[in-house]
Amino acid sequence: MKIGIPKEIEEGELRVAMTPAVAARVKQLGFDIAVESGAGEPASFSDDDYRAVGVEVTSDTKSLWHDSDILVKVRPPVAHPELGFYGIELLQEHQTLISLLHPAQNKAKLDELAARGTNAIALDAVPRISRAQKMDVLSSMANIAGYRAVVEAAQHFGRFFTGQITAAGKVDPAKVLVIGAGVAGLAAIGAAKGMGAIVRAFDTRLEVKEQVASMDAEFLELNFAGEDGSGEGGYAKTMSAEFIAAEMALFAEQAKEVDIIITTALIPGKEAPELITEEMVKSMKPGSVIVDLAAESGGNCRLSEANKVIKAHGVTIIGYTNLPSRMAAQASQLFGTNIYHLLTELCPNKDGVIDINMEDEVIRGATVVKEGNITWPPPAPRLSAAPKTDVSEPIKTHKDIEKEAKQPSAFGFLVPVLLIGAVLLGIGSVAPAEFMGHLTVFVLSCFVGYMVVWGVSHSLHTPLMSVTNAISSIIIIGALTQISGESLGVSILAALAVFITSINIVGGFAVTHRMLKMFRK
Amino acid sequence: MTFGIMTASYIGASALFILALGGLSHQESARRGNIYGILGMALAMVVTIAGAVNDNYLLLGLGLIPGAIIGYVLAKRVEMTSMPELVAILHSLVGLAAVFVGFANAYGHAEFDSLVAQRIHDVETSLGIFIGAVTFTGSLVAYLKLSGKVDGKPLQLPGRHVLNSAIVLVSLYLIVEFAAAGATDGMTYLWIITVLALVFGAHLVVAIGGADMPVVVSMLNSYSGWAAAAMGFMLGNDLLIVVGALVGSSGAILSYIMCRAMNRKFLNVILGGIGTKKVASNGPVAEIEGEIVEIQAEEAANALLAAKEVMILPGYGMAVAQAQHTVYEITKKLREKGVNVRFGIHPVAGRMPGHMNVLLAEAKVPYDIVYEMDEINDDFPKVDVSIVIGANDIVNPAANEVPDSPIAGMPVLEPWKGKQTIVLKRGMSRGYAGVENPLFYKENTRMLFGDAKQSVDALLKYISE
Repeated sequence: MKIGIPKEIEEGELRVAMTPAVAARVKQLGFDIAVESGAGEPASFSDDDYRAVGVEVTSDTKSLWHDSDILVKVRPPVAHPELGFYGIELLQEHQTLISLLHPAQNKAKLDELAARGTNAIALDAVPRISRAQKMDVLSSMANIAGYRAVVEAAQHFGRFFTGQITAAGKVDPAKVLVIGAGVAGLAAIGAAKGMGAIVRAFDTRLEVKEQVASMDAEFLELNFAGEDGSGEGGYAKTMSAEFIAAEMALFAEQAKEVDIIITTALIPGKEAPELITEEMVKSMKPGSVIVDLAAESGGNCRLSEANKVIKAHGVTIIGYTNLPSRMAAQASQLFGTNIYHLLTELCPNKDGVIDINMEDEVIRGATVVKEGNITWPPPAPRLSAAPKTDVSEPIKTHKDIEKEAKQPSAFGFLVPVLLIGAVLLGIGSVAPAEFMGHLTVFVLSCFVGYMVVWGVSHSLHTPLMSVTNAISSIIIIGALTQISGESLGVSILAALAVFITSINIVGGFAVTHRMLKMFRK
Repeated sequence: MTFGIMTASYIGASALFILALGGLSHQESARRGNIYGILGMALAMVVTIAGAVNDNYLLLGLGLIPGAIIGYVLAKRVEMTSMPELVAILHSLVGLAAVFVGFANAYGHAEFDSLVAQRIHDVETSLGIFIGAVTFTGSLVAYLKLSGKVDGKPLQLPGRHVLNSAIVLVSLYLIVEFAAAGATDGMTYLWIITVLALVFGAHLVVAIGGADMPVVVSMLNSYSGWAAAAMGFMLGNDLLIVVGALVGSSGAILSYIMCRAMNRKFLNVILGGIGTKKVASNGPVAEIEGEIVEIQAEEAANALLAAKEVMILPGYGMAVAQAQHTVYEITKKLREKGVNVRFGIHPVAGRMPGHMNVLLAEAKVPYDIVYEMDEINDDFPKVDVSIVIGANDIVNPAANEVPDSPIAGMPVLEPWKGKQTIVLKRGMSRGYAGVENPLFYKENTRMLFGDAKQSVDALLKYISE
């Protein structure tokens, strides 16, 4: 099948759906690929780079849309400013569109796609389960956005991030507050930490506390009785009014202290919550920076404006919505790799033919239009990212079970002691003195052996066995004392025993020596 | 040579043997320990030959010299993977020697001070021969099973417990009869006892499955000691008693350690219940959640290179595939790059106690990066990547988590507590215990399928690049 990659035409969109490196891998799955001339240019991939890996480069946009079996894009299709079409109307049955589609907000587009009888796979509808992580463009783009947010903040922040003591005086490290510790938030924490700032983070979901701590940032907590903001699929949910009040008080306090605030708070399908009020902006130190990653859906900061950098009350507020595009080469590479993984799932036989298998949980979730039927929203996923466990009855570990099993009566151990004592007394009352002497030696030797062998290193148990093997052939002494008898039969038996035991003695010691020689530091 | 000097030398030899075992407590002193053992044996033999042999030197030489040569050649030629077989066959020789010495003594017609002394002596003789014969055939069967010459599956005759009990009871009765009749008239009894013991030993081991061979080998080690001790009683020789007791208790401890490592009862192993326990098939058998995620060698190699702490958990599968040398090459490469690589050894990772340590030592892995399960299990949370090679049951979390699992309660290595586990495995087959392994389905586990040798070769290639 042929994959077509049109140029992204939306204002400020610099990414391309497939880099030449990814295209080379996709070709190995058996697909043919055509790319619109200049599609990779904004992300620094030339047409020649594509040609070098065997990708067809075409400047006929219309036929690219018309003839490709699969169209792979970054953004949802929009009207072409020059050519006067926007793609969907050129699609027909059996074609498949793969791109971000925002199915919840874009009902009209779904209807249109369905009317054309096509298939459509929305990259932003890939379910959030562990198996699908490798295809999750939202995660990979959020990662870039988080990193870039710090870079943007650094650019507008007139100071160092890291603390320094120089000949010209001491420089305090910058204090960064990251609100929302999702993928983007964690990436921002990592980047800010890497630049040397003091990083604090807040999230309504208590489960991320460990992740924040693992990045060596401080997790701010509310003293609030057990409300956890973990919603379905790893996203946050809306919190109660009391909680929000406490949260706002915390932010107000932090705003006075920190130099940079990066907000990443989004609740899926809803307007972004307002977390930074105008009052808080006013209270910040002049020269501070706010980066609002939620600017596209209304913004976490009252004053932020989408796609703009503004200055208010001495604070720079950055509302870029295209942060991944500002790192277009990197973003395209990760985006393309996500697409590659999706294509391997769609094309398990590596024969260049995709099969939209609606039995597969991931493919089912991402497919929003199948052969002209709208299949969005998908049925609820079978497994949530972190299955809730019902711990009403604590599971018994084997140690507990052992404990229960072993509750010996306090005098239980006396029984064998008494028995052995009785047996010894019984033997002692009849046996000759000589025998008792040997018995003494025997019992004491057992104890000595017990003590000594427990001290043997576990790693030397095999040599222990071979050496005990050699020395148990001390039986040879018995054979030697009998070899000089008058009866030839006895002597021969004894000689046979000497023969066997000497195999054992020499073999045992020699192999032990050989093994021990191998053990080295 | 006087009796006093012989006794003194025997005391010296006993002390040397104890030092020999004591030396094995550390690698540094282990070789010295072995030399103590050799000295002890040499001392005992020289003194005995000088003091007790005054005739038949030709017979002595005919026994001693070829035996020594054969033993030496065996020791030089044996593959380290075949150590269990060698140990088993050597055990059988101790057993056979005990039988010969016992018969030689019985035919030798000693004089006794009293009737009681004679009876005790006859009981000792017959008991020694009994244990020796059991050790002989038991070890022989163990050898055949270990070397694959007979099927490793347990052969369980119907009514085997009744059969075993009958043999033991009849033998006990015959021992009493033999003691009553005396060595001159009762030789028929002794022969029957011997035959019964030979059958008993073989039957006992035939019924035990391949997975339990570590226990069997340790147990036979113990028996060979008891046989020597019984001979010591028979001959009134304290040196034999001391050594026999040392070896006997050593083998018993090893059996105990092995049983504990498999969470099995000793009797249960010996009576051959093992690996054949029926798993309750009704009711859901531990639903396993999660998915198998595959990984390719290149990715796995990158994970290793990116790690700071790596733990390698080898199983017998690694030795079968002869992958240990490559594993050590990987270890060396990673250590050169500053990755802290360690090995975690489960007590039953090989086919006899300490076997895996020897195999790793043969591959030149330094012993100070090889750790016992108990030493490293608490370290897993700090481990970035654990690699499981050719092991299954010994890394099965079901042992801790599923109370009704057949392996519940068995102590296991716990790689799933680390950041990532890579399992090298041929396919999705189950281990000896026949239990599904939830480790493979854990979120932080990746499976690298393929032959262990080929997989580690590929890993080495990518790591070297």
